[in-house]
Amino acid sequence: MRVLAQVAMVMNLDKCIGCHTCSVTCKQTWTNRDGVEYVWFNNVETKPGVGYPRRHEDQERWRGGWQVDRRGRLKLRSGGRVKRLLGLFANPDLPDLDDYYEPATYDYDTLVTAPAGPHVPVIRPKSAITGEDMAITWGPNWEDDLGGAPEHAPADPNLAAMAEKVRMEFDKTFMFHLPRICEHCLNPACVAACPSGALYKREEDGIVLVDQDRCRGWRMCVSACPYKKVYVNHRTGKAEKCTFCFPRIEAGQPTVCAETCVGRLRYIGLVLYDADAVLGAARVAGPRDLLEAQRRVFLDPDDPKVAAAARAAGIAEDWIEAARRSPVYRLAMRYRVALPLHPEYRTMPMVWYIPPLSPVLDAVTGMGADADDPDNVFHAITDLRIPLGYLASLLAAGDTEVVAGALMRLSAMRAHMRARAIDGSVDEDLLAAAGMTAEEMEEMYRLLAIARYDERYVVPAAHREDAAALSAQVDGCSLDGEGGPGMTGFHPAGLTGRRPDGRLGLRLFTGRGGAA
Amino acid sequence: MNVALWVVIPYVALTIFVVGHVWRWRVDQFGWTTRTTQVLESRLLRLGSPLFHLGSFAAIAGHALGLLVPKGWTEAAGIDDHLYHLVSVGAGTAAGLMVTAGLALLLARRLTSPRVRRTTTRADKVLYAVLTVVILLGLTATVGENLLGGGYDYRATIAVWFRGVLTFRPDPDLMAGVPPIFQLHAMSAWLLAAIWPFTRLVHVWSAPIAYLWRPYIVYRRRAPRATTT
Repeated sequence: MRVLAQVAMVMNLDKCIGCHTCSVTCKQTWTNRDGVEYVWFNNVETKPGVGYPRRHEDQERWRGGWQVDRRGRLKLRSGGRVKRLLGLFANPDLPDLDDYYEPATYDYDTLVTAPAGPHVPVIRPKSAITGEDMAITWGPNWEDDLGGAPEHAPADPNLAAMAEKVRMEFDKTFMFHLPRICEHCLNPACVAACPSGALYKREEDGIVLVDQDRCRGWRMCVSACPYKKVYVNHRTGKAEKCTFCFPRIEAGQPTVCAETCVGRLRYIGLVLYDADAVLGAARVAGPRDLLEAQRRVFLDPDDPKVAAAARAAGIAEDWIEAARRSPVYRLAMRYRVALPLHPEYRTMPMVWYIPPLSPVLDAVTGMGADADDPDNVFHAITDLRIPLGYLASLLAAGDTEVVAGALMRLSAMRAHMRARAIDGSVDEDLLAAAGMTAEEMEEMYRLLAIARYDERYVVPAAHREDAAALSAQVDGCSLDGEGGPGMTGFHPAGLTGRRPDGRLGLRLFTGRGGAA
Repeated sequence: MNVALWVVIPYVALTIFVVGHVWRWRVDQFGWTTRTTQVLESRLLRLGSPLFHLGSFAAIAGHALGLLVPKGWTEAAGIDDHLYHLVSVGAGTAAGLMVTAGLALLLARRLTSPRVRRTTTRADKVLYAVLTVVILLGLTATVGENLLGGGYDYRATIAVWFRGVLTFRPDPDLMAGVPPIFQLHAMSAWLLAAIWPFTRLVHVWSAPIAYLWRPYIVYRRRAPRATTT
C-alpha cells in the first residue's frame, strides 16, 4: 500500500443556478491573456447540451481517456505509444478552434473616436484571434438555459445512450447546469499521453500540472483528456490547464471557483488513496464496476492502519486529520451521494458531483403530483427513466441504480428534516430505506444545506518545512513566462536571461503584435 | 576565396549552431517548443505536416548516407555506382517531392489562414524563406543534375569535403569544381544551420523518443521530501 493524499472536489448540482461566476473569476485569474482567449479552465454547461468543446463526451470521435483491450490491459483510447508518436505531425483527434468557439471582442474605441455625425456610433464584434469582423455564432455555453436546445441539444452524446427519446419542448424537458474543471484524475490520460513528460501529478496533493518549461507543444494531452480540460495556448505553443489554484491550496485556501461560488455548492477536501491500487481499479472489465472500484481505492482515514501507513508515507499529522474531516470523503464514501463524472473514461476523476434532484421534482410537478410528498418522489425516481437515465450516463456509466440510490438518500434527507421540523417525528422506515441513521442524515443535511465555509473547505496548508522550497518557486514559477498565466512582468530578464532570483528565463520568439 | 567560402563560412555557421543551441537551451526553455498551430487550422496541416516531416526524415537519412558514408564502404558492401545512383536518385527525388509538397501546403496554410498568419513571428518568416531556398535548391540538384542531367558524383568531392569539415581537416579545393547548384545548396544549408537555434526548429532535438519506455503516469514532488521529525 502506497498512501497518497489527493485534494478533491465535490459539486452539488442541485444548487447550481448557472450564474457562471466561477467561470468568470477563474478566467480573470488564469486565462485573461492572449493565446488562451478561448480557454475556460472552469466552464458551466447546460445539460442536456453539447458542451464545450462541442460534443467532447463523444469518445468515438475524440478518442480521449482509456480503454481496456481484449487482453484486459489498460490502453489509451487513441492507441499505443508508437501509433501516437506517429501522429505527432498532425494529431488526428485534436479539436479545432471552431469546436471550442471563436472568441470575440468589440471595437469599443469606435464609441469614443467616431467623428461627430447624425447617428450613434455602433461597435462591431471582432475576432479576438484575427482582429477581423466576425459574426458570433457559437460560444462556450451557447445553449445556455436550453436556449436553442431543440436545435442543438439532441447532439448531446449522453442522449445517444438512452433508449427513450428526450423531448426538447420547453415545458416537457428537464435541465440542470454542470460546472466543469480539470478532474485531477488518479489515472490521468493527459499525463500518460504527454510525450515530453511535462505533465505530472504532484505527489503531495495530486494536483495535475503542466511544466511550462518542459512542454514542447506536442498537444497529445489535449486530445487524450476525455474531458477536454487541457488546452493549447496558441501564442506560446504550450499546453495549459486548470491548476486547482495550487498557490491558494498551498496556502490552505479554496480554489477561486469555489471561493466565489455564490451557490456555495462546491466542497474541497482531502482523500487518502492507495496509489498501488489505481491501475488495477482502472482496468476492471465492466464500466459499471468502475465506480465501486474507484471507491475501493480510497482509504478510510479513520482506520488506524491507514493512518499509520499514511504517517509512514510521510503524510503529516494535520493532513491526516484534515482527511478525517474531509467533506469530499464524507459525501462520496459515507453518504454515497457524490458520483464521478463519466467513470467509464477510466481516468479515475477526482471532481465528483451530487446528482440534482430538481429534474425529478420537476417531473413530479409536471405530472400534477405533489413534489413535497416523499412517496411521489420515490416513485418518480424509480419510474421516470428519462432524467434518471440521463444522469446515469453522465455520472454512473449508465447505471441508473447508482443514481437512484443517491437521489433516494437526498430525497429521504428532505423528508426526514421536514418531519423533524414540523412535528419532531422520525420515520424509521425512511431511514432504513435510505440506509442511513438519523444522525448521519442530520450531518449530511448540515453539510449540504447549512454548508458552512469551514465545513465546505477543509484544505490543509502546505507544510512549513517545505516553505523554503515553496518560496523559491514563488519568484521563479514557470507560469510567469511570456504569455504564461503569471505574466505580469515582475521579473524582467536581460539578454543573459538571468533573473534576480538566479533562475534563467528569457522571452524569445514567442508571438508578436497585439499585446504579446 | 575558396577558403572563405568552404572553410570560414562552414565553421562560422557551425559555431553559431552549437553556441546558439547551448545558449537557447540554457536561457529559453519556455520558448523551446513546436509552437503548434493545429488548433487554429488543421485541414491543410493534416496533409502538409506529415508530408513535410516524413519527407524530411527520408531526405536527412539520404544526406547522412550520401555525405557521411565514404564511397569505399558502400563499394565494399557490394553496391556499385549504378545501383547507388539508382537508389539515391529514386529515393532522393521521392523525398524531395514530399518535402516540397509538404512545405508548399504549410506555406499556403500560413498565408491563407488568417488565424495562422497572425501567430507567425519574424523568426518563422526567415525560417520559411531559408527552408524554401534550401529545399528547392536541393530538389533542383537531385532532379536537374542527377535524374535528368548526366549525374554528378558528389561522393567524390562534396562528401569528402563535408567529412573534412566535421573532422577539422577541411579541404576547400574539393569544392572548387563542383556544379554551382550543389554549391548554392551547400551554402544555403549553412545559413539554415546558423539560424536553426533561433527558430522553432529547435523542437527537432526534443523528439520524444524516451516516451516509448517511460512509465505512463509521471509523479513529481513539489518539494524535496521533508525529513520526518
